[in-house]
Amino acid sequence: MTIAADAPEQESWFHRNQQRIAPWLFLAPGLLFFMVYVIIPVFQSFNLSLYEWDGLGAAEYVGARNYEDLYWEWVDRDAFYISLKNNLIWLILYLAAIPAGLFIALFLNQTVWGIRLYKSLFFFPFVISQVVVGLVFTWFYDPTFGLLNELLGLFGLGPLNVLGDERFVTYGIIFAGLWPQTAYCMILYLTGLNAVDPEQIEAGRLDGAKGARMLWHIILPQLRPATFIAFVVTIIGALRSFDLISIMTQGGPFGSSRVLAYYMFEVALSEYGFRMGYGAAIAVILFLIMLCFIAYFLWSMYREERGH
Amino acid sequence: MHSMFKRTAAALAASVAFAAPVAAELTGELRIFLDTSNPAPRATMEAMIERFAAEHPGLEIETTVIDREAYKTQIRNFLTADTPDVATWYAANRMKPYVEAGLFEDVSDLWAEPEIADNLASTKGAMTIDGKQWGVPYTYYQWGVYYRKDIFDELGLSEPTTWEEELANCQKIVESGRACYTIGTKFLWTAGGWFDYLNMRTNGYDFHNQLANGEISWEDDRVKQTFANWKQLIDMGAFIDNHQTYSWQEALPFMVNGEAAAYLMGNFAVAPLREAGLTDDQLDFYQFVAINPDVELAEDAPTDTFHIPANASNKEAAREFLRFVVSADEQTEINNGANLGQLPVNAQSSVDDDKFLQQGFTMLSSNSPGGVAQFWDRDAPAEMAKVSMEGFQEFMVKPDNVDRILAKLERARERIYEN
Repeated sequence: MTIAADAPEQESWFHRNQQRIAPWLFLAPGLLFFMVYVIIPVFQSFNLSLYEWDGLGAAEYVGARNYEDLYWEWVDRDAFYISLKNNLIWLILYLAAIPAGLFIALFLNQTVWGIRLYKSLFFFPFVISQVVVGLVFTWFYDPTFGLLNELLGLFGLGPLNVLGDERFVTYGIIFAGLWPQTAYCMILYLTGLNAVDPEQIEAGRLDGAKGARMLWHIILPQLRPATFIAFVVTIIGALRSFDLISIMTQGGPFGSSRVLAYYMFEVALSEYGFRMGYGAAIAVILFLIMLCFIAYFLWSMYREERGH
Repeated sequence: MHSMFKRTAAALAASVAFAAPVAAELTGELRIFLDTSNPAPRATMEAMIERFAAEHPGLEIETTVIDREAYKTQIRNFLTADTPDVATWYAANRMKPYVEAGLFEDVSDLWAEPEIADNLASTKGAMTIDGKQWGVPYTYYQWGVYYRKDIFDELGLSEPTTWEEELANCQKIVESGRACYTIGTKFLWTAGGWFDYLNMRTNGYDFHNQLANGEISWEDDRVKQTFANWKQLIDMGAFIDNHQTYSWQEALPFMVNGEAAAYLMGNFAVAPLREAGLTDDQLDFYQFVAINPDVELAEDAPTDTFHIPANASNKEAAREFLRFVVSADEQTEINNGANLGQLPVNAQSSVDDDKFLQQGFTMLSSNSPGGVAQFWDRDAPAEMAKVSMEGFQEFMVKPDNVDRILAKLERARERIYEN
């Protein structure tokens, strides 16, 4: 009884450190899941990429063999080289969605009757599934009855087999991908444009700014956050480009439209695949490429935070 | 995609009250996984399982039908965890990864029983790895040239049997403004069929097998000869344009519309061709022509199979089910025209009256002395099949790249077969 009476005077450890512990407690569930589903698998992939494993039997340690094979595929201008090259093309051309989205947003940022309908129609391609986008464009490009060749025929051009020609196939798929991605960027800019300060526009107008100068010096700086997000989602979207390729060409013809993400799937998980270690090695390369961008994004966000 | 149907013993007992009692009473649960997701094969399988259930009222059977393509990747999961007692798959090299990983049950004991040993001898080779049998076949079908008889008649052509006749026929078809063959190589394997035939006819079955097993260089002159023969057809415009953009189904309309005269395909192409409106007067079949007169004719006849996973829980009932599937009566029933419309594996079964099945059966049983291959992507290891079929597709589009393609396949061979 006496011991119990003493207790309240001595604060418990938890009580003393409550201020410091509380944030961690709140972070714990998030951290736990982030560890289990993101951080640990990253290291597991690294580890797996050093093995040769068909997903069934015992894994055999092969050191850097998988990376060596990738290197030789690079030297031989083989699948890995093509995938990497296509990834680069995707990265560069996919960025066209940002200016395209901006201009559509500027165009739609007006008050006329029925503008909500037009906005939703422009946003429509982003809402429908990528699979549907892929199918629609596959039919559009179809060499015998596709709309594209009908159109080219009007000008006496073609016929063009976009998805069957290794020179055009990647561009054809990127073009299909730009359709929904432009809509995405558009919606980002439309919300951004809502937040543009009318007083600054007024001030600019008094100083004689118009058209392009107004856009460049007054509007765009205020759209910086929207541009940043559009840039992030477009880069990530380009690197993850998988569904369109899978639907439209399956990486063909003869593997010329592969990108790293699709190649990884093909090697590790498709019908003829199951080289898990090799797939993991490709995943690691893809991860390292993404890491460059992620590091850049984090760094610029950090700089932004400090600026305020 | 998944669907289940349960047949409880009680429900069936009523309908088969007069069935003769079976000697060995099987009990417990029997779980069957099927990849026969197309409507007709699915109905066939479900009816067959009901008949099996009727014979074994003590058995609780649970059937799961999985989409055919999804099955190919899911099998790796369900063979290791939550394993069924019976599962469908394919013969030859295609089952090798699972045999080597110890995931398929050795069923050599079934093959030792006279009922199976005597009647299924023709497919035993395809089910054998390391001298043991790992499952039983339930159906197979022939490959060959399906052609438009009305177009042949119009041009005054007859079924060719030699390479010269083939080329002469094709020349006339091309001159009439048609392609000789329709094909869709988007999913690659159709080109594998062409390679199978051209290589088996040029170099023979044994050579073809050695190539599939990685024992022969892709830059060997004999392989180059196969491609040279192939190039003859490509250069004369025998194949439809843009085939790399089409699946095999998307290539069918060219034949239906009369823009192409023939299709090298498995017997499963007959059903959609008939549905598209071609009558049996318009559609006919011939065996792929001989090219090198010194080699014996050999055919592709892919076999679909049933296996018992090593982790199955009711292996006794599973064995009984396998015996039931290959029995003569069941084979006649499930392979008839109203069901699978393919060839029965049991020698005691009768083949359906369908003219294509009859021709196919005669061809395989009496005019294929060289041997019977499964199919390129089942005979060659998966990786090699993938790389090579991609090469075949590229070759069919750009025949002049042949040396570069073969060099690439040779590099792949050195890597794939080394372990």
